[in-house]
Amino acid sequence: MSAPAAPAGHDGRHDGILARLGTLFRTTAFKLSLAYLLVFAAFAFFALGYVAWNARRVLDDQIVSTIEAEINGLSDQYATGGIRRLVSVVERRSREPGASLYLVTTPAGEHVVGNVEALPPGTLAEPGQTETAYARNTDGDRLDHRAIVRIFTLPGGFRLLVGRDVEERDRLRAVIGRAFAWSLMLVVGLGFLGSWFIAQRVLKRVDHMTEITRGIMAGDLDGRLALAGTGDELDRLASNLNAMLDRIGELMRGMREVSDNIAHDLKTPLTRLRNKADAALREGRDPDALRAALEANIEESDNLIRVFNALLMIARLEAGNAREGLAEFDAGAVALEVAELYEAVAEERGVALQAEIEDGLVLHGSRELIGQAMANLIDNALKYGQKTVESTAGPVVCVAARRENGSVVLTVADRGEGIPEAERGRVLERFVRLESARTRPGFGLGLSLVNAVARLHQGSFTLEDNAPGLRATLRMPALREQAPREMTA
Amino acid sequence: MPDMRLLIIEDDREASSYLSKAFREAGHVADTADDGLDGYALAREGAYDVLVVDRMLPKLDGLSLIRSLREQGVETPVLILSALGQVDDRVKGLKAGGDDYLPKPYAFSELMARIEVLARRRGGGAAAEATSYRVGDLELDRLSHRVTRAGQEIPLQPREFRLLEYLMRHAGQVVTRTMLLEHVWDYHFDPQTNVIDVHVSRLRAKVDKGFERPMIHTVRGAGYMVRAGGEA
Repeated sequence: MSAPAAPAGHDGRHDGILARLGTLFRTTAFKLSLAYLLVFAAFAFFALGYVAWNARRVLDDQIVSTIEAEINGLSDQYATGGIRRLVSVVERRSREPGASLYLVTTPAGEHVVGNVEALPPGTLAEPGQTETAYARNTDGDRLDHRAIVRIFTLPGGFRLLVGRDVEERDRLRAVIGRAFAWSLMLVVGLGFLGSWFIAQRVLKRVDHMTEITRGIMAGDLDGRLALAGTGDELDRLASNLNAMLDRIGELMRGMREVSDNIAHDLKTPLTRLRNKADAALREGRDPDALRAALEANIEESDNLIRVFNALLMIARLEAGNAREGLAEFDAGAVALEVAELYEAVAEERGVALQAEIEDGLVLHGSRELIGQAMANLIDNALKYGQKTVESTAGPVVCVAARRENGSVVLTVADRGEGIPEAERGRVLERFVRLESARTRPGFGLGLSLVNAVARLHQGSFTLEDNAPGLRATLRMPALREQAPREMTA
Repeated sequence: MPDMRLLIIEDDREASSYLSKAFREAGHVADTADDGLDGYALAREGAYDVLVVDRMLPKLDGLSLIRSLREQGVETPVLILSALGQVDDRVKGLKAGGDDYLPKPYAFSELMARIEVLARRRGGGAAAEATSYRVGDLELDRLSHRVTRAGQEIPLQPREFRLLEYLMRHAGQVVTRTMLLEHVWDYHFDPQTNVIDVHVSRLRAKVDKGFERPMIHTVRGAGYMVRAGGEA
């Protein structure tokens, strides 16, 4: 149903309208309304036509039965009173207002009595019912009326004609016909206007969407589509697009943050590295000192590389394109393995590392990344959880993995100083290190990475007060409600 | 392991000449190729012990090169060098037929240790999968999970056993911390703290305690090595 292309040339306004009409004809709403309109018009045509046809039939039937009754009455009169009686009755009836048509002729066809002046020649020759033109005795020979007549031959050879004028019937027919035409036009017209209105409305909203998205493409990332609040398809589309834009905005902010981070936090150690090399060149005459400086430079470079890798990894996780290569694995087993990996370090530092692990905590994701996240959390807990508030017992770090409302929950809790509530959101950002941590090794990327890992697994990462200490919780949707180990193949 | 023949397929000439110089200083023979096609031709003809392949190469990328070599029946061990250090990249590299994967930048000692392990695996595949290892008076039985030194049984935790097993399997070779984390714990992340060192020193306390000559040696700036005799 595509509209023909608007012809080129003439005046621009005309072309504009054609183009606009073309767009309108191509909208789904318009096509749908047009289809409905056609179906509805056809339905209306048949319904009205049936009514009109029936009305006409009823009228004709009525006329015919009236004629029948009169003929029966008049032949009775003839049978009982002969031609005289018939003539006098016909004469009387002919004069009544709104009367039927009557004519009595001799067997030869001569006019005896009646209010019909003339008939087309030969009409009287054939008995039976017919529709014919006639002239009344008031208007001479012009046959400009129409009637349904019935001609009946009486036993004596006389002919009797009884009829009814059909002008009234024809007028009624015309009225019905006009009503039929008008209502059909009304149905079509209103339907067309309605579909036009709907298509226009939809077009307007789509045009609005197009306009806003064009603005967004041009760089205005804060633009959002307006919702009509009706919850219809267009509203749903608009809110989905808005959610998509939010996510894109988030990613853009992330990218900007990463480049800012690189500018601020990588330049500093790079400058330090350069200055150290510079100083060693200027001062170091002694080979041992030069060697030490070079070794320190390698160590510093390794740290930089580590920071770079962590940054890239976080950016990649947050961009969500680490999704391939994900598989099913037992998160509890990972927590246990990593806890065991750090157990020796904990013991060396005099920290009791406890693990409470439930069985069969199956996640869909990256075993490697969950392992890395747990390592970061345990590493932090061992680093910062040592200054225990309680004097009675030594420091304790508790690693737990359990199922809770269809989620796999991994926690690492320590009894150190904890993180003040106001700072808990901030430490998840890249390169954020609290004052108390400045003196210890680290880059402020560990928790950012854990947060990114949680998001990759459609989960959340929260820091809470362990009273005293810090409790870090990873909460991720479990693969199945009940997942026995045997089924992980 | 002296006198290895190595092929370095790397388009960064500076990196490639740094590597070949370092390999020659260590007493090995090293050839270089600048692009994937040259590398492929050399790798098919020459009898190399290990191929060092950069993942992103002109003309023929590293993974396709390895795949083609494997299809042609060339079974030379391949170590992939890559600027991409993510988990799924490693998996892709190993799937293509690589034997080990080292993200850039790397320490030369790490690269050397891994190349030696690959070359050794090629040289004595059967010996590596032996049911027991013996280094000096230290013995490890892989079937009964027993470790004895000078006939005296040393009780080990399962993880300690696997740690010693890996070290002894590569006796005489440097084993780095990341190699231990990869093969004993099956993780590839950077553990930041000295977690591996603590595990090794615990193992060392059990294996070397009370004996005059240590078995587990620390190789400065590289990792560890199990070797009979010598100083700690």
